[in-house]
Amino acid sequence: MLIAVCVKQIPDPASPGALDPTTRTLDRSGKLIMDDSDSYGVELGLRLAEAAGGGEVVLVSMAPRSETGGLRTALAMGAARAVLVSDPALSGSDALSTAKVLAAALRRVGADLVLAATESTDGYTGTVPAQVAELLGLPSVTFAKSIALEGPEVVVQRQTEAGYDEVRCPLPALVTVTAGVVDPRYPSFKGIMAAKSKPVDVLSLADLGLGPEVVGGAAAGQELVEVRDAEARAGGEVVVDDGSAYEQIVEFLERVKVI
Amino acid sequence: MAVDRILVLVERGPAGPVSASLELLSAARGLAARVDGAAWGADVSSLAGTVGAYGAATLFDLGDPGDALPGPQVAAALAGLATGPDAPDAILVPTTYDGRDIAARLSVRLDRPVLTNVVGLELVDGTLTTSHAIFGGAQVARARFTGAGPGIFVVRAKSFPAEEVGGDPAAVVTVGPADVGTTGAARVVSRHVEERSGPSLDEAAVVVSGGRGLGQPESYQLVEELARLLHGAPGASRAIVDAGWVPYAYQVGQTGKTVKPTVYLAVGISGATQHLVGMKGAKNIVAINKDQEAPIFSIADLGVVGDVHKIVPQLIEALKQRA
Repeated sequence: MLIAVCVKQIPDPASPGALDPTTRTLDRSGKLIMDDSDSYGVELGLRLAEAAGGGEVVLVSMAPRSETGGLRTALAMGAARAVLVSDPALSGSDALSTAKVLAAALRRVGADLVLAATESTDGYTGTVPAQVAELLGLPSVTFAKSIALEGPEVVVQRQTEAGYDEVRCPLPALVTVTAGVVDPRYPSFKGIMAAKSKPVDVLSLADLGLGPEVVGGAAAGQELVEVRDAEARAGGEVVVDDGSAYEQIVEFLERVKVI
Repeated sequence: MAVDRILVLVERGPAGPVSASLELLSAARGLAARVDGAAWGADVSSLAGTVGAYGAATLFDLGDPGDALPGPQVAAALAGLATGPDAPDAILVPTTYDGRDIAARLSVRLDRPVLTNVVGLELVDGTLTTSHAIFGGAQVARARFTGAGPGIFVVRAKSFPAEEVGGDPAAVVTVGPADVGTTGAARVVSRHVEERSGPSLDEAAVVVSGGRGLGQPESYQLVEELARLLHGAPGASRAIVDAGWVPYAYQVGQTGKTVKPTVYLAVGISGATQHLVGMKGAKNIVAINKDQEAPIFSIADLGVVGDVHKIVPQLIEALKQRA
């Protein structure tokens, strides 16, 4: 059982984001970390490989400057190796470009099951996984809250507005994982040490046979025309509770006529 | 480049088209001379009356995927519509579980990118130009498509009002189903409805959301009880969804739902940018948090600095006595 997990390396969400004023793309010049949203897919991938009685988890990522900081975190959790696509021409890629790059890398991996987060924390476009599936000609199940392997099929509980659907899908397939559905393991000291020597295969666009006319900033079919400050919403009264603040809340609710 | 035709993907809920699709039909009328709808599933023609009343001339029947997840098949049928002589200039898709799958697969079939998380659409020099809330709604980014081919826009719910115009039923034209082979092999074998009483997050006049300030998962019961007493819906911050306290469907924010209730009551939510973008549009905001410096207070109409475990039970008791 070969399981590929798509991992995005993003600027630390704890520090405020910014757009590069000239290129109007997200500033990724600082250190990149693994998107927390991806830790659930890595954890589920590891558990499925263990449950299958032997299997391997391979990470697939696209990032500038051959960045591996976030990949090392997932390798320390237990993934066996990583494939990283890094190329200066990829700056300014839209989601479709990103999907084409990941699909090309995944074709080389040839996994039975591809896992990804439902959306990234920084871009949150939420379309890359299903675009990858379409490019690879794979069925996909998005918004999984649980995943099990049963013979040649994957069985997924898929989130819905009303609850969840149980979905069965033949392998190979792509499944996206909703955050919070599993407790991601913390890398052990041994895992962190082992991660340092695990293989990370760094590929350029040329290695994948993709040209800048197909992917990257030059091929982008959309453009940002303006970024401006939103209308600020003014704050109102702030009171410190002295044991009777609940009465003020009741009065407020009466005033706006919801009670 | 003028915008002549807009095609709106109409998704079906338990009671007819989902409101997000009706919002898109309404918005499209102000942007293009001709608006059409497209829907999938059994008996699409039963939607023709409603879709026509919201201004669509034609309702394309994209076929019935049956138990299969609709993404691949619906995208293939839409791609056929998008490349013909009557191709639309824009395809509007509601931000739903299936809508995103369909838009993503359509994007590959047309080799066109997608603009997602759209919260505004207007014509600028004849070109559809989008608005997106970025960095927690502190800034607005505006974008447009370049190059030839229809633009695919995935629009967040509540971005536009839904307004009927009382048109005739839309003419139903069958274009599906498309055969997509094993790509469409994911199929639903059973559906599970979690019992949730009261209104949905989308429709509730009052939303009560809980965050990490609740301390432990058990305390979320306070949020549920308060929501129940206010005939509202319970919601959640990403922090407690990621921690597994409540399901994803409860999440309000950038990666969750956008809500615009009459009152939004934030309980133990600090107000990370991720959360604010999903609830800033509420008419009134009340926040309870122990940290006086919490960003939520900068946008709250009434902010209470204090212990949620004291204040919420007092509030619940007071509301019970009124009942």
